[in-house]
Amino acid sequence: MINILIALCTGAGAVAILLAAIGLLRMPDLYLRLSVTTKAATLGIGLILVGGAFHFQEVGVTSRVLAIIFFITLTGPVSAQLIGRVAYLVKAKMWEHTITDELDGRYDSESHTLESDLKSDENDTPKP
Amino acid sequence: MMQKRFLLNILLTLVWIALTGSFTYINLFFGFVISFFVLWIISRGNPDKRYFTILFKVIGFFFYFLYEMLKANFQVAYEVMTFNLHMKPGIVKMELDARTDLEITLLASLISLTPGTLVIDVSDDKKVMYVHGMYLEDRARFIESIKMGLERPLLNIMR
Repeated sequence: MINILIALCTGAGAVAILLAAIGLLRMPDLYLRLSVTTKAATLGIGLILVGGAFHFQEVGVTSRVLAIIFFITLTGPVSAQLIGRVAYLVKAKMWEHTITDELDGRYDSESHTLESDLKSDENDTPKP
Repeated sequence: MMQKRFLLNILLTLVWIALTGSFTYINLFFGFVISFFVLWIISRGNPDKRYFTILFKVIGFFFYFLYEMLKANFQVAYEVMTFNLHMKPGIVKMELDARTDLEITLLASLISLTPGTLVIDVSDDKKVMYVHGMYLEDRARFIESIKMGLERPLLNIMR
């Protein structure tokens, strides 16, 4: 019974990471690659670790697994956001089928400060 | 008050573990439940009941988010596996209801953890968030799904 649970957890985690790897190759631009990989990898690592915790069933292993999952979910999004922001600042090319980019021209090119610009909402409609 | 109650709860749990003498997860959980119940009884009549409702809200939100994350993962997995790419990606401006730094940080982490959406940046006056989404068929519905699905439950817990 417990073996089936372990197999399910680690198998699903491996499939999630495999899908992330395929997505890394198939997605057309950096932002989409980032979207696909960080989450799927977080989920996959989490599932494999949970499988490991079920396998060993020790307090030391389980607490370490919980700590690793906690810190991965804490740090993964932060690094993804930083990479995405830097990619936008160095003007990484977006996919040609991208339908809207409301961040266009909002950055101050010198200081990289970003205004909210709530008054003039002319950019709100998606570009054709 | 809430932090104090939480710390008291943990302290009582440790006392329970010391008294029973077995450090296992089952016992830890059991001690936590018992001390939670004891705290709930002794603070009867106290108007500040926030701690006793927020715990269930947090647990509920955890499972809700797990479900949402799995659902979005399946959507992205389908996108990766099929041959034609039928995504409509783009960066969208979203006005924030979250005000404090902690709320915005948690919201950004949750959005970034959901597959298909990625926070690019938050404006310097913390009023607007720029979100990169994979499926932007309808801009209003995309923003609505983030606001209703993530921001509203999060603020419900935080405030």
